[in-house]
Amino acid sequence: MSQSQTAQAQHLPVATRQVGRLAQSLMAMTLGLFIVGVVGFSHIDVIHNAAHDVRHSNAFPCH
Amino acid sequence: MSTFRSIVFASVIAGFIVGLIVTAVQQFGTVPLILRAEVYEKAAEHKHEASAPPQAILVHDHADNAHGAEAWEPKDGWERNLYTAGANILTGIGFALLLCGFFSVRSGATGEAISWHEGLMWGLAGFAVFTLAPGLGLPPELPGVPAAPLLSRQIWWTMAVLATSAGLGLIVFRRSAPAAIAGVVLIMLPHLIGAPELEHVETNVPSSLSHQFVVAVTLTSLVFWSLLGSLTSAAFAYFDRPASA
Repeated sequence: MSQSQTAQAQHLPVATRQVGRLAQSLMAMTLGLFIVGVVGFSHIDVIHNAAHDVRHSNAFPCH
Repeated sequence: MSTFRSIVFASVIAGFIVGLIVTAVQQFGTVPLILRAEVYEKAAEHKHEASAPPQAILVHDHADNAHGAEAWEPKDGWERNLYTAGANILTGIGFALLLCGFFSVRSGATGEAISWHEGLMWGLAGFAVFTLAPGLGLPPELPGVPAAPLLSRQIWWTMAVLATSAGLGLIVFRRSAPAAIAGVVLIMLPHLIGAPELEHVETNVPSSLSHQFVVAVTLTSLVFWSLLGSLTSAAFAYFDRPASA
């Protein structure tokens, strides 16, 4: 982050920064759930076969 | 650094390390049991072929050919383990992103970094939500053990995870008696409804092997979540420190 951006961020009201943080956190969590969903739950055969042992080892429903 | 970037950096590093460690742990814990169960699974398939009448064999052969062309799967040995490592790392990164999202919201609200110990507590909550709760109704299963239709189990699994996390959330963050009672009821609810299961399960896989597998999966998962919780919080505290520091 450049100095001017940092200065700008510091001038933002606290509430606005909090909302930005919340939105970014939610975005990261959604991305995380998407990744886990594809690796652990996708019905596509190739993904199932590649992640087979991990699905069993994590007790994700498999087969 | 933006919050999103801090979360992603911390999650990728923690997920990568934990994914590699858990892959090594699985080689001693769960993977040997999966391979042993597959011997029974394949023996059952062969027995089925041998006892089937000639016409049925013909049909089965045809099905086998179709199966051969159906889908790629990694070769046993290094290739298979490499994909397992990749899937473990991705799972680690995925769950780390989820944990880190909570860390970011929490530290944003309190103004203090999440300590590795608090991260460990969050990791243990993940263990309860993603392993213990769904595992009560749908115990970890070996290959070759028949089970209810996949989609119905995936739906129940998801419901158990949502109910348990909401229940724990009510108990930990609301701190009132009615909320605590509602939380406990919510955690019990998916189990009162009951997980989908088959009426008759016929399998050659010995029950002692299945039991060993439940223990191995649960312990491996405990290692995974403890490491992921503490490492992710430590990494996030590092990347999320104020620009002036």
